[in-house]
Amino acid sequence: MLAPRALVLRAPGTNCDHETAFAFERAGGLARRMHVRALAEKPAAADDFQILCIPGGFSYGDDIASGRIFALEIRTRLADALVRFRDRGGLVLGICNGFQVLLQTGLLLADAATGAPLASLAHNRSGRFVDRWVSLRAIPGNCVFLQGLGRFELPIAHGEGRFVARSPADFTALDAAGQLVLRYAVGADGTPSNPNGAEGDVAGACDSSGRVLGLMPHPERFVDATQHPAWAGRLDPAAAGAGLAMFVNAVKAVS
Amino acid sequence: MLWEVDVHPRDKDGDHAARAVVAGAAELGIAGCTQARTAAGWLIEGDLSRADVEKLAAQVLVDPVVESFTAAEAGAAALIAGPDDLPTVVHVLPRPGVTDPSAQTAREAFAVLGLRPAAVRSVRKYWLPRLPAADAERLAWKLLASEAIHDVVIGPLPLRTLAGGRPWTFQQTTIDLEGLDDAALATLSREKCLALTVRELHAVRDHFRTLGRPPREIELETIAQTWSEHCCHKTLGSAVDHVGPAGPASYDNLLKETVFAATRSIRAALGAGDWCVSVFKDNSGVVRFDGDHDVCVKVETHNHPSAIEPYGGAATGLGGVIRDVLGTGLGAKPIANLDVFCVAPTDTPAADLPPGVIHPRRLLAGVVAGVRDYGNRMGIPTIAGAVAYDPGYLGNPLVFCGTVGIMPRGHAEAAVQPGDLVVVAGGRTGRDGIHGATFSSIELSSTSESQSGGAVQIGHAINEKMLTDFVLEAAQRQLFHAITDCGAGGLSSAVGEMAAVLGADVRLDTVPLKYDGLSATEVWISEAQERMVLAVAADAWPELAAVAAAEGVEVTAIGTFTGTGRLVLRWHEHLAGELDCHFLHEGRPKQRLTSSFARAADPPVAWRTTGGVADCLLDVLALPDVASKEWIIRQYDHEVQGCSVVKPLLGPGAGPADGTVVRGVLGDTRREESLGTLVEACRGCHDTAVAFAAPFVSGKDSLNNVFAWTDAAGVAREISIPPTLLATALGQLDDVRRAVTPDLKAAGNRLAIVGLTAADMQGSQLELAGHVSGGRLPTVDVEACRSACRAVAAAGRAGLLQSCHDCSDGGLAVAVAEMAIAGQAGARLELAAVPCVTDTAGHDHAVAFAETPGRFICEVRPEHAEAFARTLGAVPWAWIGSVVETPELEIAGGGGGVERIAIDRLARAWRREET
Repeated sequence: MLAPRALVLRAPGTNCDHETAFAFERAGGLARRMHVRALAEKPAAADDFQILCIPGGFSYGDDIASGRIFALEIRTRLADALVRFRDRGGLVLGICNGFQVLLQTGLLLADAATGAPLASLAHNRSGRFVDRWVSLRAIPGNCVFLQGLGRFELPIAHGEGRFVARSPADFTALDAAGQLVLRYAVGADGTPSNPNGAEGDVAGACDSSGRVLGLMPHPERFVDATQHPAWAGRLDPAAAGAGLAMFVNAVKAVS
Repeated sequence: MLWEVDVHPRDKDGDHAARAVVAGAAELGIAGCTQARTAAGWLIEGDLSRADVEKLAAQVLVDPVVESFTAAEAGAAALIAGPDDLPTVVHVLPRPGVTDPSAQTAREAFAVLGLRPAAVRSVRKYWLPRLPAADAERLAWKLLASEAIHDVVIGPLPLRTLAGGRPWTFQQTTIDLEGLDDAALATLSREKCLALTVRELHAVRDHFRTLGRPPREIELETIAQTWSEHCCHKTLGSAVDHVGPAGPASYDNLLKETVFAATRSIRAALGAGDWCVSVFKDNSGVVRFDGDHDVCVKVETHNHPSAIEPYGGAATGLGGVIRDVLGTGLGAKPIANLDVFCVAPTDTPAADLPPGVIHPRRLLAGVVAGVRDYGNRMGIPTIAGAVAYDPGYLGNPLVFCGTVGIMPRGHAEAAVQPGDLVVVAGGRTGRDGIHGATFSSIELSSTSESQSGGAVQIGHAINEKMLTDFVLEAAQRQLFHAITDCGAGGLSSAVGEMAAVLGADVRLDTVPLKYDGLSATEVWISEAQERMVLAVAADAWPELAAVAAAEGVEVTAIGTFTGTGRLVLRWHEHLAGELDCHFLHEGRPKQRLTSSFARAADPPVAWRTTGGVADCLLDVLALPDVASKEWIIRQYDHEVQGCSVVKPLLGPGAGPADGTVVRGVLGDTRREESLGTLVEACRGCHDTAVAFAAPFVSGKDSLNNVFAWTDAAGVAREISIPPTLLATALGQLDDVRRAVTPDLKAAGNRLAIVGLTAADMQGSQLELAGHVSGGRLPTVDVEACRSACRAVAAAGRAGLLQSCHDCSDGGLAVAVAEMAIAGQAGARLELAAVPCVTDTAGHDHAVAFAETPGRFICEVRPEHAEAFARTLGAVPWAWIGSVVETPELEIAGGGGGVERIAIDRLARAWRREET
């Protein structure tokens, strides 16, 4: 059987596409990077793939707001193709800027009645971009990507990643539905690791099917033990990093 | 119709800009500014209905979950009204002609919706309490706006159109040098900002005399750009007669006979094993990496622009050095950025600032933000750097940015072919960076004259990211013969260099412009950012254009490389200028300079400290040079590209790294004395490089670093920067899994020091902390240092090092403290065990804090102790302690006393969390 195919969709300013494609390949998939303009010209090209990933970066510079214009491109040119992709069982992963894009396209956490976003990723409480490692806790439920994951560490690197629900009621409903599947957790040294002031420590969320996941941390930056800031002398340098499991889960699920 | 949309945060607590205004106002001593609100505004001009504008707002500009908006015709009362208690409205907007990245992006987004407004400009809006007019002005200019690039309007915005200039009509301007005496020539050079010396102007006059005509303005400008210090190492390439400690010496070309000569002799000694590929000739230096790749490195300065506009200056400095790497050979992929800032202490009293100088705290925050916003958007990890503090940097801060790149082997050499098209790619050309250019500030000149709006470039990182994606794709497909970046001097320098041998014929009217009104000369010398020039064979042009279109990058063929040896500039059917390339590149008269240097005798060492070693350690850890730079490092994405192996902050305690590791795949120099320090520095570079067999591969000099002003009492004053030399080292590791980091690993391991310690206290951090003065100035014993480096590297390769850290700022004590902080482990130190040169014996503080170069601290497992000792051989070293379970640093002094201090306290001092 052919290896599952992952489409890594990039826009001007996307900058994590190479390492994200590399992570899918290391997980046993075949990955292809494609510019959103090329896909917009031929939306049917998406039908050749089982996994769609919107990687991190500063799409269109994030000059107005993170992911805004990439999401606008998708809504105006690719909405039908992506809904079809999801509805035929495809997996969709949005990492960092990709999470911001997914929320604004309505593919993830949208009001069923109006299509309006139920949540947003606002500026960090600190008002600053931050790159650091965080402790995470997965509550996988039906989320395909997080199966088997519990507590683990990943790096975050963003200025706009504070999860905010549209209203307290929306937050409660999403929580009750088990869609807030990834949370910042208390680290091994006892310090809480929520890096941005996210509501409910939410680091990632999935749709009701479990097949669409958006998250702020970067799993593609921890596919190899030597990517951890304290690996030297502590971790087996030949071991995999915790982030690889998400890509392996995705590849296995569509194999 | 001119519309305005204001976007407001829904949650007051989410208004970071407002919090920053309140805090900043308090710092400025402006009373009564206890609250503020802000909005991001957009001015949108075009044939649009209210419904159109509301659609743009809702779909592009506003996040409905966390923001709301107001849309109205510009000037409407609804746009001015703030909360009752905040009646003062301040607008801050980029001056006309200044690059406005978010407005450009907004226009592109509007186009996705099928709406194409004629012009868009961004505006930041602030609502403040009722303030005296003078306070509001001061707050706006000190806190919210930068004079170089912004206009400030307090109260309603009087703007009704964003329309700019008209197309320029060709006019020929000639500048007759005949009949001008030397004083008149000097005046001409100064008034036209040519920076040409009288001797150089004589050479120009003589050249044009043979042609029987006066130079045209565009020709004189081209010569000035090409002969500038920035483009041709004017001073360093001079002949120098020098008298120094080693006696008199004469150089025909200082740079060639020192720094370059070192590289030449090292390469000769390496013979067949020479791993230098392309040095001192391209935009960056290229060396071998592995069987398939070469790596290249370049460090640039961007000091003066950063002094005027820190954010834009640093961002465009980084953007420029990234393009240097991109424009090396047939194009290299940037894989890492570096930055070093030299600034005055951030606690400098505001009253001590000379006029026009930005406070160092604001300056540092600005340059950090500039590197952050540009580097992060580029997706290039910023992995290493430093900040050096000295009062001498008050008027002339130094901003160094460096980039490392990787390219396929065989791509280091590039050659323009006759008949190739001159192709400009990337951003459009505006008046950015044109010296002394003035651009009238239509309707908005109420507050200040726009004197230098053109002199500061503003970067637009996303354009450079797109340009990079395009160049790398085109490089992979081998669609061009040569490439260079448009930096200082703009097209005149980029095209001029590429055409240095062949010559070129260029139609300046075909260069795409940001707005109308630029003259041929302005187009030619504009330093607009994010542009590259490529030499493209005519048959490769269609594919190159297609690759560019796929990446959304504009490419334009503006002329041809001819083979005539002449640089011909045209504007439609007019001949704008014509220069002989040989004269342009070889016609500059060389200067002969004299210099001297005498080294002062070391003052005797005087101890002032009353505290113990531990107290001094707390003081030194909190000194700005030594203290944690975490606040900077964390703002940089240092992990993007997924290749980082040894990070700038590492270990469980997030301590500082020595070097970082990434995977390759996946002053006035005419004064004799200051020139003397430069000559001595060049000699030192030569000798040390040769001794270490570590060749220089690229470089940069910036030599005008005296800041002069007249103080309030009418006294002429000046500050010179301390002589500053930055050497950036690049090494290679065969296997990343063998990387040795400085964080302590496990209790029970032994600690060794490699290298001898001397009482090198002069200029030390301990001296800066006020605990000592005078003493020996550290000197490098090159032989000893090289043996120590070799022995430590051998121990590392043999797997004998659990951790290793160099002793630099703060000496042995700081090195061990940093290792303990990073590893969250305790350590025991016996100062009496440290092998010393006799003049140190007995003084604990000297042993602990001397900054003798060439020393390392190594952590070794007990079972490796013998093997470690064998590997070190004859190199001086000793066991000086061990790693312990208790999270304390225990320091046993020479006299038998023992001091203990918790690692957590050291960490807090280093993070400056101690009060």
